[in-house]
Amino acid sequence: MSTTAVGKPMDRVDGRLKVTGAARYAAEHDYPNLAHAVLVTSTISKGTIAEVVTAAAVKARGVAAVVTHKNAPKMKVPEPFGGEKPSAGSTTAPVLNTDQVFWFGQPVAIVIAETLEQARHAAQLVRVTYQEQPANLTLDSAGKVTTPKKIMTEATTVEIGHAERALKAATLKVDAVYETPQFNHNAIELHATVAAWDGGKLTVHDTAQFVFGVQADLATRFGLKPADVRALAPLVGGGFGGKGVAWPSTYLAPLAAKVVGRPVKLVLARDQIYGCVGGRPPIRQRVAVAADKDGKLTALIQAGRSATGTTNQFVEQFTFPARHLYACPNIYLTQETIALDTCPPTFMRAPGECPGTFALESALDELSYQLKIDPVRLRQINEPDKDPTTGAPFSNRKYQEALALGAEKFGWNRRTPEPRSMADGRMLVGLGMATATYPVYRMPGSARVAVSADGTAVVQSGCHEMGMGTATAQTQIAADLLGLPVEKVRFELGDTNLPFAMVAGGSSQTISVAAAVSAAVAELKGVVLKLATAGPLEGLKPAAVAVRDGGLYRTDDPASGESFASILQRAGRKSAEAKAEVMPGAEMQKWSMHSYGAQFCEVRVDPDFGTVRVVRFVGAFDVGRVMNAKTARSQFLGGITMGLGMALLEETHRDGRTGRIVNADLAEYMVPVHADVPAIEAYWVGDPDPHTPMGAHGIGEIGITGVAAAVANAVYHATGRRVRRVPITPERLLAAPRDG
Amino acid sequence: MAPSDDPDRRDFIQGVTAGGLALGLGAATSADPPADVGQPIPMKLTINGQDRELQIEPRVTLLDALREVLHLTGSKKGCDHGQCGACTVLIDGRRVNSCLTLAVAAAGGQVTTIEGLAKGEELHPLQAAFIKHDAFQCGYCTPGQICSAVGLMAEGHAKSDADVRELMSGNICRCGAYPNIVAAVQEVQQLAAKENP
Amino acid sequence: MTPFDYVRADGPDAAVKQVVARPTAAFLGGGTGLIDLMKLYAERHDLLVDVSRLPMDKVEATEKGVRIGANVRNSDLAYHAAIRTRFPVLSEALLSGASPQLRNMATVGGNLMQRTRCPYFRDGHSACNKRVPKSGCAALDGVNRGHAVLGTSDHCIATHPSDLCVALAILDATVRTTGPKGERTIPFADFHRLPGDTPDRETALDHGELITAVDLPALPWATRSHYLKVRDRASYEFALTSAAVALEIADGVIKQARIALGGVGTKPWRAAEAEKALVGKKPTPEAFAAAGDAALAGAVPRQHNAFKIPLAKRTVARALAAAAAMPG
Repeated sequence: MSTTAVGKPMDRVDGRLKVTGAARYAAEHDYPNLAHAVLVTSTISKGTIAEVVTAAAVKARGVAAVVTHKNAPKMKVPEPFGGEKPSAGSTTAPVLNTDQVFWFGQPVAIVIAETLEQARHAAQLVRVTYQEQPANLTLDSAGKVTTPKKIMTEATTVEIGHAERALKAATLKVDAVYETPQFNHNAIELHATVAAWDGGKLTVHDTAQFVFGVQADLATRFGLKPADVRALAPLVGGGFGGKGVAWPSTYLAPLAAKVVGRPVKLVLARDQIYGCVGGRPPIRQRVAVAADKDGKLTALIQAGRSATGTTNQFVEQFTFPARHLYACPNIYLTQETIALDTCPPTFMRAPGECPGTFALESALDELSYQLKIDPVRLRQINEPDKDPTTGAPFSNRKYQEALALGAEKFGWNRRTPEPRSMADGRMLVGLGMATATYPVYRMPGSARVAVSADGTAVVQSGCHEMGMGTATAQTQIAADLLGLPVEKVRFELGDTNLPFAMVAGGSSQTISVAAAVSAAVAELKGVVLKLATAGPLEGLKPAAVAVRDGGLYRTDDPASGESFASILQRAGRKSAEAKAEVMPGAEMQKWSMHSYGAQFCEVRVDPDFGTVRVVRFVGAFDVGRVMNAKTARSQFLGGITMGLGMALLEETHRDGRTGRIVNADLAEYMVPVHADVPAIEAYWVGDPDPHTPMGAHGIGEIGITGVAAAVANAVYHATGRRVRRVPITPERLLAAPRDG
Repeated sequence: MAPSDDPDRRDFIQGVTAGGLALGLGAATSADPPADVGQPIPMKLTINGQDRELQIEPRVTLLDALREVLHLTGSKKGCDHGQCGACTVLIDGRRVNSCLTLAVAAAGGQVTTIEGLAKGEELHPLQAAFIKHDAFQCGYCTPGQICSAVGLMAEGHAKSDADVRELMSGNICRCGAYPNIVAAVQEVQQLAAKENP
Repeated sequence: MTPFDYVRADGPDAAVKQVVARPTAAFLGGGTGLIDLMKLYAERHDLLVDVSRLPMDKVEATEKGVRIGANVRNSDLAYHAAIRTRFPVLSEALLSGASPQLRNMATVGGNLMQRTRCPYFRDGHSACNKRVPKSGCAALDGVNRGHAVLGTSDHCIATHPSDLCVALAILDATVRTTGPKGERTIPFADFHRLPGDTPDRETALDHGELITAVDLPALPWATRSHYLKVRDRASYEFALTSAAVALEIADGVIKQARIALGGVGTKPWRAAEAEKALVGKKPTPEAFAAAGDAALAGAVPRQHNAFKIPLAKRTVARALAAAAAMPG
């Protein structure tokens, strides 16, 4: 394959649609006789519904139906996500088929009306009373504590050597507790589902990162064959994990449509997304690190507790980064969950690695001051030659190259080592850094490739575009595999009528789909070759032929061959197609496969107000071969920006008495705005990984990892104040004790 | 919860259960108005130069009129409370949040949405610059960003990158395309300044 | 939103009559506050009388002062040459508030009527004496990081959110109204009420009384005035703390001072005692710090907002220092 298109900073194939307003997202699909549904959600965290009074709502203008647990058709609760079968189950709560309330914000009624305004108003007329029970709402509550048997496929506890003993023996060490609060994804597109029944067949346009999961979920709930459910999500307005499983609104829209016998649109209000879509759970972690005087780590402990739901078993794998980053003879890593009566938490951009690196990389920074060793140098000293916990060889670890690249681009050498040693007028200046990391995950993928007699190709996979540039990168990949110019290739996605794809998550999509496209192109070679019954390819076996330049060419005589178009035209065919399904190989067992990066941050801190402004940020990454230099840079920028929010602004505040989220809007849950985000630079090493499809790694998540630690470390450097709890708000910073 | 002698409050408190008061407390006057109040009324909106006749309730916002009634779905709903800017449109050339504008209150003004910026196939310079600079990812906040940038340029107060950042802060991009948006806006602004010094 | 009728008023008098005729009618200006709160069911009205097109949209600057029509949009006022040069604090306060879109919509009259961001007021469900009198106050022992430390009562600790009003508080502004009882003027200090035991009554206005203009007297030394806002985000956020200040300095001595605070009070908070303490002093950091202390005397914190007290003191001191450094 020649890489004519791959790697180029190609403009997005859907760019024109997006800048003209022509791009259609889930809520923007219309059906004749469409009705609008609005949810009523619970105002207690735990208990039983005593009474639902719907009379006023039923009588209100334009109302078609009010659905409650009293009159809702029964739905079967599918397996939760992560089980044997493809499923997008978010929670085992039988929402709307029970009088039980499991969390504040749980849907307890649906109002369906002619117009959105009517539905919204009638929803507000539904009166619900409850028998309330005490709820567990914090990490310190009486919720059930569990040490999970496994975390994904890995052991929950990793123990190498004697970490506590080594820590005790050490004189240069840090032993501290770090906290991260609940975060919410806050994709700007509101969760929405448009559902239309046609007899026993159901079509949903859903804000989904996993259309096949939605299909499976709805098929189970409504007792349908999966083939009778079509889920579409060709464009999603941001997901970040928040649209990875089917939250109640996804199945309540079809339920409402069934009740009223009309197509129904259900769009959650922003505050309802906080209420019935999980966020990143709150986590408390202890990290202890010790080193000898030369900076070699002698002990590494990371242990802590994350929240999960009472109706799911989500485990945020925050100890994962420490398993692979640094050489250390004594390592102890473990984690537990506490089940809370809150909307069940879920994956949010780099689950595990994001909060895990905040704690680990903050602790290493603290250690660097004890050792009086530069933080970059400390990370050079502790570079492992094999995976420190599995012992596996690295597939293609280029962390040190990324570290050096980032340090150079950032100008790390201008940093003076002492805290509070740099200033710009009144403002304290701080420079900090942290390591970024994210695993290489690959999932099953399938694709169909069709070439046409007009010289074009269509490539299809039911994967997802929510900003990553999926269609763009896959167009480039397919164009190179087929040897066609990108203009001749169209990539279609986000529809269960297309070949199967997994959830757009785990930064796995690019390589999982690319492997399938590659295999489909290989299949297509045989299919087209059979049609070449005359000419230079006649009678050849597939092995004697290569796909290139939009056709098939003899390997023994590269000049000899024929274009797909020519073969098809001669054969009197409009098109030829092939499909392939590819499972991930055993490479993950054989190699330690991860992406790495180094995040560098410069802050200005107002010493009187405790306000922190990031003025410069540089990220340098080792992510294998980059598929599209333009969209890749955007992914890094986006991850870093969300990390800046985590570091300084974002926190979901819950009223401890009721469980109500009190900042459930975009004015009070603060995500970064334009003015918060400086020039950000992103660089990459670009060395292809020999053990992944296309030599690529996924890049959607690594950008957020390490960012909060880089900011906290820069804030410490500026102020001599260590804040171990994000976001670093003025009150937290001013209250933190000052060193130096 | 303190007991109350207020007769209006007694109606509320009747719903108290053993678990305590867990009942909606709406605004002071929670009774619905009579059925003849708020009925659909005729209105004429001028959108992207075209007159559109509508018969809708006064409580319909401009954003919902665009999206749900006229099916002009380029203007986006991200918060519905003036907190994200995805719904930004121009009324008489000024950028506003269409989610907090009643449709009926916009009657008589010239409404420009994202669908009205390109001239046929020719993109508005900001639209082209957004593509060039990859000034979006998911694309959902993009129409609002672009309409806001059109308004920003017309206002003429943003000179430096810092000015652009401050004066584009009413448009949230969760994907984090901010640096690219600033680059796109600045390129178009500077080009415009060169052409019309 | 509750169903409502909509009319466009022909003139201020007609508008007043239309609102007076229905007990739950309201004036509609820019809509940025009203529509927001109606969507949340924190407010319900069965009639909106749109006054936004009434010709009360002029900024008239004379030697005697400036008359600002109630319908002047925040952005137009902020960039108005007379305001920028004669009352920089007002321009700065306006530009620090909300977003450009909201400033294009919001009117001066509407801004005076802006209501709190207290989440328990806004959520439409929680106990809130402001929304449902005598229902209690969920904020007292709830999440109250954003709440007020000055002017609070056992019934309400909701912060007044306006930036503009903090600036108006130091400028001896007068609010002109027309209402069922005719026209009147209200000194700005009397316009907003303390919550006391009736936090639902926020202003001195009667039902159907319409703001027509805000008058600013000539205050030559307001050229040395400044608005400083401290917040988590760099933009598009309500104040944690803010200060509007003006200084008259002659011969190295403070002749007159004006100080008001935002983000910390249940109403725009004029700090008269702190002002008095500055008169006759030299403009030194110590004097400004003492003014900050005086401004926060009597502040009462709740669980999450105690940090605002030192922060507000420093905000005042910094704002005064910045004003002192301005050319007089």
